[in-house]
Amino acid sequence: MTTDDTILRVEGLAKSFGTTEVLKEISFTVRKGETKVFIGPSGTGKSTLLRCINQLIIPDAGHVYLHGEEVTHAGARINHFRSKIGMVFQNFNLFDHMTAVRNVEIALMKVKGMKEDEAREKALFELRRVGMEDRADHYPAQLSGGQAQRVSIARALAMDPDVMLFDEPTSALDPELTGEVLEVIRGLARAGMTMLIVTHEMRFALSIADELLFMEHGTILERGAPGDLATSPTFERTRQFAGRFADL
Amino acid sequence: MDQLAFVINTLLPALWGGFVVTLGLIALTAPFGVLIGAAVAVGRVYGSRPVQFLARAYVTFFKGTPLLLLLFILYFGLPSIGISLSPFVASVLGFIFCNSAYDSEYIRGSIRSIKEGQFTAGLALGMARGQVIRHVILPQALRRSIPGLVNEFVYLIKYSSLAYMVTVVELTGAGKMIATRYFTYNETFLVVGLVYLSLVTVTTIGAHLLERRVAIPV
Repeated sequence: MTTDDTILRVEGLAKSFGTTEVLKEISFTVRKGETKVFIGPSGTGKSTLLRCINQLIIPDAGHVYLHGEEVTHAGARINHFRSKIGMVFQNFNLFDHMTAVRNVEIALMKVKGMKEDEAREKALFELRRVGMEDRADHYPAQLSGGQAQRVSIARALAMDPDVMLFDEPTSALDPELTGEVLEVIRGLARAGMTMLIVTHEMRFALSIADELLFMEHGTILERGAPGDLATSPTFERTRQFAGRFADL
Repeated sequence: MDQLAFVINTLLPALWGGFVVTLGLIALTAPFGVLIGAAVAVGRVYGSRPVQFLARAYVTFFKGTPLLLLLFILYFGLPSIGISLSPFVASVLGFIFCNSAYDSEYIRGSIRSIKEGQFTAGLALGMARGQVIRHVILPQALRRSIPGLVNEFVYLIKYSSLAYMVTVVELTGAGKMIATRYFTYNETFLVVGLVYLSLVTVTTIGAHLLERRVAIPV
């Protein structure tokens, strides 16, 4: 058991698909309230890394610990750990046959065993947090991309997770819709949520990250405080990558 | 006018019993057909290797053999190994095997059409695989299967007449007996045909209403 404020510990995580090594010995720890942002070219293992943390993809080697308890090789306990690790997907992945509020409720009832009334109250509370209470009875197809993503964030938050994983939360959105989603995530950061974020939004990454991690070819190539990006030699490759973004 | 009097006074009352039996055959078969069909479909998509194999063998076997043959085995064949089924039970069993095998194919196709991400999202929330299948995948897959399932239901209405071949006096059988007795083949089978046609029509309208009622906004 850890006595410090470490929430998540990742040790030597490795994963190959066929002969392609997607993750090579990735290690890091996440402290309570910390926001780590992963950036880097497409196909360098960032999404795979997030999915290996909650075992949606089973890593070949390495360990993941949540509050000192091993998440890897958890057997049937994996469902318990997953309920404590919120995940937000690029394509929202809302349940199409359920209204927004049902989307948030369902896991509260089926995983946490809440009664319907209690779950409904909690779900509406979470929808309010992301500004979606007035769309509670809308189906996913009746929501804009930004609204759908906010509902999916509410769905993950409702489980009261210890850490939230964001897998390119704005990549599928029209540019004018990214703002509302990023604003919700900023609000979570201010409220002290612990988060791992994979994103291509450089400006957002720099403004929200406590630590910026640049991934390439399955490794964390460079890492550090975002304030050091402009000058520090530790961020040489990252600067080269980020240089393509005019707004830096 | 004689013929009308025959239809009203003799034919319709005589067909009534058979009509009820036909409804019974259908009503007992269809729910189990869908239920077992769904289970077989889930087994084929999400089951372990042995489960997948068994589910596929089930479908292959019952889709690939004539229903009439199946009924003959269930009713005439099984007694020789000590299993005696009533004609009605043998028929319902045969229908369920056949109906569920076809239903499972529609449902399997629908399951495959649900975006993978929803399954992943369910798991990520901490739901067990079975919970995701039951609460996320199947409700959507079954909706998408409605047109196919209705097709099978319509087939069932008509092939329920095969029960007569294993001595169940259902609608067609009752008609055959009347027709032979009064030598009124045309009148009798015309009326019997109209009854089947009405059953199919009612089913189609009902299915349409159901489909509209459970529709998800797109």
